[in-house]
Amino acid sequence: MTALAQRPANPVVGESVVHESADLHVTGAALYTDDLTGRLTGLLHAWPVGSPHAHARVTSLRTEPALAVPGVVRVLTGADVPGVNDAGVKHDEPLFPTEVMFRGHAVCWVLADSLEAARLGAAAVEVDYEMLPALMTVEEAIAAERFQGARPVMTRGDAAAAMAGAAYVFSGETTMKGQEHFYLETHCSIALVDESGQVFVHASTQHPTETQDIVAHVLGRPAHEVTVQCLRMGGGFGGKEMQPHGFAAIAAIGATVTGRPVRLRLNRALDMTMSGKRHGYHASWQVGFAADGRFVALDATLTADGGWSLDLSEPVLARALCHIDNAYWIPDIVVHGRIAQTNKTSQTAFRGFGGPQGMIVIEDIIGRCAPLLGIDAAQVRERNFYSPGQQTPYGQEVRHADRMPRVWDQLMTSATVDRRTAEIAEFNASHRHTKKALAVTPVKFGISFNFTSYNQAGALVLVYKDGSVLINHGGTEMGQGLHTKMAQVAATALGVPLDVVRVAPTRTDKVPNTSATAASSGADLNGGAVKAACEQIRERLAEFAAKRFGEPVDAVRFEGGTVRAEGSAAPPMTWAELVDAAYYSRVQLSAMGFYRTEGLHWDPVTVHGVPFKYFVYAAAAAEVEVDGFTGASVTRRVDIVFDVGDSLSPMIDLGQIEGAFVQGAGWMTMEELVWDERPGQGQGRLLTSAASTYKLPSLSEMPAVLNVSLLEAATEDGVVYGSKAVGEPPLMLAIAVREAIRDAAAAFGESGASVDLGLPATPEATYWAIEAVRGGVRDGGVTTLRRPT
Amino acid sequence: MTRITVTVDGTRYTDDVEPRTLLVQYLRDRLGKVGTVVGCDTGNCGACTVHLDGRSVKSCQLLAVQTDGHEVTTIEGLANGATLHPMQEAFRDCHALQCGFCTPGMIMQAVDLVTENPHPTEAEVREGLEGNLCRCTGYHNIVKAVQQGAGAMSGGQS
Repeated sequence: MTALAQRPANPVVGESVVHESADLHVTGAALYTDDLTGRLTGLLHAWPVGSPHAHARVTSLRTEPALAVPGVVRVLTGADVPGVNDAGVKHDEPLFPTEVMFRGHAVCWVLADSLEAARLGAAAVEVDYEMLPALMTVEEAIAAERFQGARPVMTRGDAAAAMAGAAYVFSGETTMKGQEHFYLETHCSIALVDESGQVFVHASTQHPTETQDIVAHVLGRPAHEVTVQCLRMGGGFGGKEMQPHGFAAIAAIGATVTGRPVRLRLNRALDMTMSGKRHGYHASWQVGFAADGRFVALDATLTADGGWSLDLSEPVLARALCHIDNAYWIPDIVVHGRIAQTNKTSQTAFRGFGGPQGMIVIEDIIGRCAPLLGIDAAQVRERNFYSPGQQTPYGQEVRHADRMPRVWDQLMTSATVDRRTAEIAEFNASHRHTKKALAVTPVKFGISFNFTSYNQAGALVLVYKDGSVLINHGGTEMGQGLHTKMAQVAATALGVPLDVVRVAPTRTDKVPNTSATAASSGADLNGGAVKAACEQIRERLAEFAAKRFGEPVDAVRFEGGTVRAEGSAAPPMTWAELVDAAYYSRVQLSAMGFYRTEGLHWDPVTVHGVPFKYFVYAAAAAEVEVDGFTGASVTRRVDIVFDVGDSLSPMIDLGQIEGAFVQGAGWMTMEELVWDERPGQGQGRLLTSAASTYKLPSLSEMPAVLNVSLLEAATEDGVVYGSKAVGEPPLMLAIAVREAIRDAAAAFGESGASVDLGLPATPEATYWAIEAVRGGVRDGGVTTLRRPT
Repeated sequence: MTRITVTVDGTRYTDDVEPRTLLVQYLRDRLGKVGTVVGCDTGNCGACTVHLDGRSVKSCQLLAVQTDGHEVTTIEGLANGATLHPMQEAFRDCHALQCGFCTPGMIMQAVDLVTENPHPTEAEVREGLEGNLCRCTGYHNIVKAVQQGAGAMSGGQS
């Protein structure tokens, strides 16, 4: 085995290559789960009977009227569950509930020959409910003390004592709304019973193993009787990490009780109504600063809006706690975490996984307190960066802390921040109704699953007699380019051209016990496993080749599809010739690879340990222009500097950075989830349940100028071929856009005002922030508890 | 049921359809043209964009019967055999795709835009594709691809 990070000569990793499915995508030939529908005969379609109430008890359920609808074959109810009636792993998500917990919660599912018959059947089912009081907001849940799950506390030092010695002490609250994933492909599962009675599920899932686990426990069968395959997803973003399981289980029950394939595809309105979203968060905080703007202490309470069930709320909260420090040294700190239970969808993973929510709290604190300190916010940020050797509040040394100032300085120069800040000041002085601002914010994001056990991966690499290579690994492809990177890793490890390698769809009967493709860890974990498998095969082939060349094993070289021995007069062999000869000499041409991230440990109770292998560093400078009449903002220019280590695939990584940034900017400036919160008939209805009412970023909102550059000389020696994760961290760079809008809003008033700005900073929220400033509000909703006299 | 005769990707089809059948349902469920996908159901995302007599339409906003006697081109009919259309090539080469779900619609809309305006500026590309949503790429590479594709469509003279 070679060292994990060491690249051979002329590696295929590091080259900019097109996405491995690009040809299929541009011709429409790429298949998603629902595209298989026409290939199956006797298919049944599933449709839910959704609760019309936010919270109610089901007092009676009459399914007979549905069976009278032509085409309806069966109505699935709790009585059809042979195993455990639970769609999750916490036993708090009954697949068929007797108490409905949110509007749209499925009470039962109708199966029919056509989608239309299933819908008509669902409309015919009669359900009686006893209404129960509903809690729609996190504030209501806090007042009612309705919490679920663990309530972790992260502590270092003595925040209260330190606060007593701080020059400035401020307190306030920060709230942020959730975010709809809006993967363009809605949830879809197709289940069938195969020739041996086993259940096969095609699912649009980021976590095939857990889909398999849940289907198995719902069916009351061992895992080896259930196979889950994910061809690819039309976007996931965390929304298909936990949420697909119940849908797959419904399809699987349907297939087993009817013997026919069952397709369950949510249309957009159902998907938005039924599936979990990014958690909204509420934070209350008290913060102490020294006179020079350095943090002295922080005491905060984060309350997640968990929706009706726990889902992934606890690990999301853990990551929020672990990112409230962002890039900053906060000497004494105590942060309490809790999860409110509300009568909404079960909020879940979404790119960043709590990291953004934690990070936004500290950036909001800086954005609002810097004017009260009389120090520029960018200076407050820079002064508080971690120094090498310092530890996070959860006790992990900040590896490569020097990269944060390196990233920052590179950005300040490349974005000419000082010059443009001066130009903006001139512009603002001469424009009464339009104001510009430029804000710079950093990101430090921990990589690895917080829960140590998940940091493992497997791969099955098959070399066929003709030399072609097939990779199976545990990761799923949702557009992020994981399969492309894995093919590059295999080509590099085997010393073959990229077109020799193909990546198979993800299946639980090829690689078992996989972790979710999540936490930005897909390439790190699966890349380690693919490399390990390929190197076993290469070592066997090297031994075989050494004998043929009559040279020692360490003289054998695999490069570009050619195998030779250093110093040998014998002509090189092609890869295919060597593989063919090896087969006839009975050399094993397949291997299972395994990888686990070393050095991790984590205690979720004490919120302490070394949960992350390393940190990703990045920073963004965003310039906006805000209209004083409407609050509308335009993002004029964004510059990003990002540390991806030595990129495995630069074009793929740049695409991830650009896409995540825009997705983050969508959440923070335009996408707004609105539920009907008023008691009454409409209570609990998601009012923004379509793209017509939920504003997604379109081409017209993209920054006029977007410059992304990668940090140079950034090898990460603990990761496959020296690379770093890229999936989630760039989303948080969009904080710079919100901070710029805040600064632009401030420019409408007397200088030095603190601004309280909503999240999302929609035109409406921005307008009210401007109005507050114009009306003379200068405290930004922050209470000053102490200041130097 | 209403009988329609429509040419899709160069092949003539005569079918009885319910008048309320959406064009996208007809393409996917009847003809098996699953390269055209449904994203949002409400005409906002453009993932289902196809050409009707050479102009782009959102196939979830059109009834199949409205195409009677007309010609429909989907993403599956855009390439010339094994040779990709220049716009397809540009989307592939510029990495103007990630999950790929919006890609067929984006490409069909981009071809329509360039047919109307052979040399679109960056601003014109943004405006011309505003009705197509992408959740993955952040659009940056899509704009690049459309401009590169436009250049190739006009024989490299942009």
